[in-house]
Amino acid sequence: MTKIELYNYTGDFAENKDIAKDLRINCIEPNIVNDSVQLDFNNITSATQSFIHALISNVIRINGVDVLDRLYFKNCNDQIKTIINIVVDYVQDGIFIDPEDM
Amino acid sequence: MPDLIYIKCPGFPVILRIFVYMKIHIPNSAFIGNIESFLNHFNPDNETELYVTSNQSWISIHPLVVSMVVALAEEVNLKGGVITGENFNAKSRPYLLRMGLVKALNPNHGILIDEHESSGRFIPARKIETSQQLNQFITDMVPLLHTTPEQAYPIKYVMSELVRNVLEHSNSPFGAIVSAQYFAKSNRISIGVADRGIGIKAAMSASYATASDLDAILLAMRPGITGTTKKIGGTEYNAGAGLFFTKSIAKVSRDFFLVYSGDAFFKLHKTNVAKPVKLFANPNLDKANAKSLLPYWQGTAVGIDISMDINQDFQELLELIRQAYQLDVKRANNVKYKKPKFV
Repeated sequence: MTKIELYNYTGDFAENKDIAKDLRINCIEPNIVNDSVQLDFNNITSATQSFIHALISNVIRINGVDVLDRLYFKNCNDQIKTIINIVVDYVQDGIFIDPEDM
Repeated sequence: MPDLIYIKCPGFPVILRIFVYMKIHIPNSAFIGNIESFLNHFNPDNETELYVTSNQSWISIHPLVVSMVVALAEEVNLKGGVITGENFNAKSRPYLLRMGLVKALNPNHGILIDEHESSGRFIPARKIETSQQLNQFITDMVPLLHTTPEQAYPIKYVMSELVRNVLEHSNSPFGAIVSAQYFAKSNRISIGVADRGIGIKAAMSASYATASDLDAILLAMRPGITGTTKKIGGTEYNAGAGLFFTKSIAKVSRDFFLVYSGDAFFKLHKTNVAKPVKLFANPNLDKANAKSLLPYWQGTAVGIDISMDINQDFQELLELIRQAYQLDVKRANNVKYKKPKFV
């Protein structure tokens, strides 16, 4: 399992989408194909939806929803859990729902 | 030099020459609720000559107005233009100095003030052009406003989302101008972010054709709508949820929120304390005021008030946002959504 300590990159407020994108491209995507990845939010007090989106949305889109079985979110407080849930849900909306049906 | 309009009047031997200035007047009071007091005296013609007047008794204005005025000054200076106007009255000068407005309008003002005055819980107008500057700004900002960590969450959140919108979508020539202030009497933090970029309608146009600035503003506030794609959920980098989250934070705070772009604004009104807060993905369902045919604002300006009396914690607010998001999509019953694995 690949473990990523996000605090080392973001500080206690995870909002920088450029950092999220770099982590996704360089740390998550190369490892999630044949392995599992653990995103550790230890010491992070809050995160924006934009950050979480840039971090994981494309991982789910490219690899399919089953990738969520190999992607672990560790040490998330309730705020961060809620934001992750929002992003994971709407990314799946994008996969399962035809825009014409909206 | 200002633009010249030449008018030939039939029967008159001379040609009339009229100087066209961009004009602003800073009234004694301009907050989101009465922002019209500022907009009614804003003439956006000619972006190289700015003429500024102000109320001569006292002035108290929302950071939105501070950011807008400083953004105009920044643009005029970038274009090598001229800023002229009346001197600010002595009563209002210290306040306008502290908010960074005097410096923006006249960098060589030479006026000195006591920088340690106790009433100062504010963030003077600041220009943010890069992601790194935004990071630093958020770090610097919170201690200056003297909030608790819990109160700081929505402030940091709003600032991040609004400024990133500017940096990513606006093509503003100088990034974003931001300012903020704590108002003790109403116990709220007010934030203003302004740019002089392409505006929401142009930013949305790559993916959505909208008939007017107002249509574009209303569309941009729907969750999942971004100018970068028509796909549900956005692109790998943009979800199109920043304005929806920001509006929701204002609504849960039962306070004002305003988006002004082009010739239109959307103004979310305060929510009655006796009523439960309901979040809507569709801004047309909000108790709000949407206006068109206003003086043209090139770019986008956003103002928000966040009450520090807010009873709901930020986590509950996010849960409300999540529910509103879910109600906006029609999910098929036979599709099982996967849940993230929290360990």
